[in-house]
Amino acid sequence: MLSCKEASVLLSLSQEQPVGWRARAGLRLHLMLCRGCRNFRLQLDMIRTAIRRFRDDDTPR
Amino acid sequence: MTSPGEQDIQQHRAYLMRYALLQLRNQEVAEDVVQETLLAALQGLAGFSGNSSQRTWLTGILKHKIIDVMRRKAREQPLTINDDESEADAIDAIFSANGHWQQPPANWGDPAKSLEDSKFREMFEICCRVMPERTARAFMMREVMEMSTEEICKELKITQANLWVILHRARLSLRACLEIKWFGTRTN
Repeated sequence: MLSCKEASVLLSLSQEQPVGWRARAGLRLHLMLCRGCRNFRLQLDMIRTAIRRFRDDDTPR
Repeated sequence: MTSPGEQDIQQHRAYLMRYALLQLRNQEVAEDVVQETLLAALQGLAGFSGNSSQRTWLTGILKHKIIDVMRRKAREQPLTINDDESEADAIDAIFSANGHWQQPPANWGDPAKSLEDSKFREMFEICCRVMPERTARAFMMREVMEMSTEEICKELKITQANLWVILHRARLSLRACLEIKWFGTRTN
């Protein structure tokens, strides 16, 4: 079973490139059981979305 | 020959400024590269319009100018290189000895709502600004300029493994900062 530390590394890495099937399987199992890492995954997506939004958003502040 | 519309230029400038500021984190330097970009663009082509292909084209010019600035800066004052060990130590500190989160990431609720909130944007910018220079440079190359990891490694003269650690560290610290500054102040 992956630790949260290992899972977080894989989640971050998934933002760069697809990870192998073995890692994906380990990650899926971990995420089923770990709310903190599920939240972390959502936060990573949000951070990426936010940066691109703030870069591209043309509406004046 | 049609002269570029004032409004088009202003709109492009605003976009280019946001882009340059996210990457360079310095108002003056960002203004300079945007100015150079617009001048280069005006010399290269008659007429501006607000369409998206022109934005793409301008962004291409801007990217080159930004990379030039970063190279020059790297030559003039090389950053003190954090060795991988200190990066790894910083990541270790976020987890307990058995690999659990010291502070498990919380539920941030509906992202769309936060993204609409100008206060969130302000906090996000603050959290980006507190990132160490070397970390921010690599992270923004990835997220703002959307460079591939290969390109970034070549530019910064580091290995893939180095870069992964830097990016991971950047995300961990950015999310921790946001959680304290933004989400910690709300009740879910």
